Amino acid sequence: MSETSHAAHADHDDHDHKPQGWRRWVFATNHKDIGTMYLIFACTMFFIGGAMAMVIRAELFKPGMQLVDPQLFNSMTTMHALIMIFGAVMPGWTGFANWMIPMQVGAPDMALPRLNNFSFWILPFAFTLLIGTLFVPGGSPAGGWTMYPPLVLQTGSSFPMLIFAVHMMGASSILGAINVVVTIMNMRAPGMTLLRMPLFTWTWLITAYLLIAVMPVLAGAVTMLLTDHFFGTTFFTAAGGGDPVMFQHIFWFFGHPEVYILILPAFGIVSEIIPTFSRKPLFGYEAMVYATASIAFLSFIVWAHHMFTVGMPLAAQLFFMLSTMLIAVPTGVKVFNWTATMYKGSLTFEPPMLFALAFLFLFSIGGFSGLMLGIVPADYQYQDTYFVVAHFHYVLVPGAIFGMMAGVYYWLPKWVGNMYDMKLAKWHFWLSTIFVNVLFFPQHFLGLAGMPRRIPDYAVQFTDWNMVSSIGGFGFGLSQLLFPYLIIKCVRSGKRVENPRVWEGAHGLEWELPAPAPYHSWTTPPSPAVIARGAQH
Amino acid sequence: MMTMIRSKIARLAGLYRVALAGAACLLATPVLAASGWAQLNMTEGVTAISRRIYGLHMEIFEICVAIAVVVFGVMIWSIVKFRKSKGAVADTTLVHSTRVEVIWTAIPVVILVLMAVPAARTLVAIENTTGTKMSIKITGFQWGWQYEYLDGGVTFISRLDRKSDRARELMSGIDPTSVDHYLLNVDHPLVVPAGVKVRLLITGADVIHSWWMPAFGVKKDAIPGFINEAWFDVDPDKTGIYRGQCAELCGRDHGFMPIVVDVRSKEDFDAWLKQQAAEQKQATAPAAAPAAPATASTAAPGSPAAQ
Repeated sequence: MSETSHAAHADHDDHDHKPQGWRRWVFATNHKDIGTMYLIFACTMFFIGGAMAMVIRAELFKPGMQLVDPQLFNSMTTMHALIMIFGAVMPGWTGFANWMIPMQVGAPDMALPRLNNFSFWILPFAFTLLIGTLFVPGGSPAGGWTMYPPLVLQTGSSFPMLIFAVHMMGASSILGAINVVVTIMNMRAPGMTLLRMPLFTWTWLITAYLLIAVMPVLAGAVTMLLTDHFFGTTFFTAAGGGDPVMFQHIFWFFGHPEVYILILPAFGIVSEIIPTFSRKPLFGYEAMVYATASIAFLSFIVWAHHMFTVGMPLAAQLFFMLSTMLIAVPTGVKVFNWTATMYKGSLTFEPPMLFALAFLFLFSIGGFSGLMLGIVPADYQYQDTYFVVAHFHYVLVPGAIFGMMAGVYYWLPKWVGNMYDMKLAKWHFWLSTIFVNVLFFPQHFLGLAGMPRRIPDYAVQFTDWNMVSSIGGFGFGLSQLLFPYLIIKCVRSGKRVENPRVWEGAHGLEWELPAPAPYHSWTTPPSPAVIARGAQH
Repeated sequence: MMTMIRSKIARLAGLYRVALAGAACLLATPVLAASGWAQLNMTEGVTAISRRIYGLHMEIFEICVAIAVVVFGVMIWSIVKFRKSKGAVADTTLVHSTRVEVIWTAIPVVILVLMAVPAARTLVAIENTTGTKMSIKITGFQWGWQYEYLDGGVTFISRLDRKSDRARELMSGIDPTSVDHYLLNVDHPLVVPAGVKVRLLITGADVIHSWWMPAFGVKKDAIPGFINEAWFDVDPDKTGIYRGQCAELCGRDHGFMPIVVDVRSKEDFDAWLKQQAAEQKQATAPAAAPAAPATASTAAPGSPAAQ
């Protein structure tokens, strides 16, 4: 199918019967509208969760308690994590999935549009409930996002709200994941074989299976908490024959695949961006797919590395140490393949590529500290210190969040048909990258020097690096305000994109569509020639 | 191709040595020893195990730095060399090579085995709890620790010291730097002998806590209803005061339940234990009831005293 025929096709879409006003959004069944709502929701949560992080960093700026009560501090760390994980990163990725998967596999829309609407509209209710806990007697949950009993059972009136909110988030994720699987399995254009799919679609397919597998486990765990609290069961109470450590095993059986749920789509985006701006196909496409699948498989058998200090038998500790170290192999394959993609390429450094490169370096640092944490005897010293905080923020902020920003800068011109302010986007990149390191790198030092995590106040020898970290935090937080500003400016008054391919080296079906992308992506399937042109590996 | 790679490796090896030396300088800057800026690394500690852990930590750290130098080196080199602005033309045929893919899967496996062997050995040593000479039961509670010398008949509670406790109130107006060992001082430290393998039996009274003494390389969760075992054996010449904190979020005052261990020589310790035992016996004698709150009965209801 030629580009001209697409232009005609786009004209046809202009008189598309979409509901106007609020109905368009509340009754939305269009994958792009729902994707947009997901992304706006995620961005909103990113700033709410970020504001909580600012409270944390402000209190930790110097020793002594200046701003908040320890209980509120604990609420802030708990809510920051819940909001960022379940409110910002997971819905953010679902937003990307909604926008991109139909475009990338040659489908007109997601397979289950009404389910799509439902899975999104659960979220505002879930998070209203969760954030509402700030205003109930006893305050927000403050036992950590991991909700370990017996501590979490001491939560006040907000306890059932927390549990119900987690249930709703889980339901939303499961429905979203089912939609992704069904779309990819049934809606691919003829000729779009599984091993021709773009990496972003691939990583999301695997992510979706992880979600379907583990979100019910989390739901089960929190339901047991609920019955322990209100109905006299003793799943996690030793006095009644239960075991508090059993909760940790169940939780982390969800929790470890969860961290890959947060990062795999970022792997996918980076695997799209690096080839585009290297003007060279992805090196080792099939190895990338298999590496992703191996990581997903391994993620189910490493959970207890989050709990080496609970007192497990030697054999169990050895098993979880070895399985954890094994994850470094497929992850290494991915990093090497990205590097090999750049090797002998023809590189340019537009904002998506800059964020993807920062991802490559900084995610690797998080990977190294992850490997160190996997070594059990060393973990005895790292466990529950700022070293862990540094580690998971390195994989989540310059990992997952930078992956998302790279994705927005990559696809935004395709989504809205306008180019964003390139210079300002580069400012956004450099400020984010510098401050994220000022923020999180010193936390390695703090952890190794012995500062535990989740404490509102600290011994005076930890002052210097905490101050540096806080300054980095404020700088990072403020620089993020550029991001929505850039997007709004681009949508309202960005320069029209002339070439629907946008980037010189872009390949894939989404680039064969006009810019802005038509309301219904592929109303007729792309021809095999177009598919072959897109699948450049 | 191969010669190019070889010369590149030689250059990178040089780079690596420089980076490692730099990192070593950074980690060991003695000039700044007094300030917080110099606290960049794990301490070696005062037990054979803590030193082994430190050695392991440094070994993995160095391997990671080495890998980072090589991998980041290739990335940076590619970024510098293959710029379109410098006229680089993409070699679009370079999409797959089974040979290099096998190599870069196999090499990490070898490196991981090299890490896993010493790690597993150290772990086996840590888990060897045989041959301990005395046992102390440690009970974490919200928010302090109870220590019970199982063979000595001595029990007491250890909490954050008064000075820190006053200074840590919200807007107390007390400068934390004016407080000795702010947040790392307790009223009654745990006293232990040097050169003796001491067994710890760790449990929790209400929620999960974690007893962490960085200098001993010991961190073990204190879980209500379960007893965890750990041990340490401080070098005979390393008497002194060592400080740590609770390492598992345990509620509002989690940040305010430090752990202080006073390591004394065997003789001093024996004398101390005997004296404490005598004092506690006297304190619990019938006539001395009002004096009792000084020890175990200060604990809140539901605290370890009840166990």
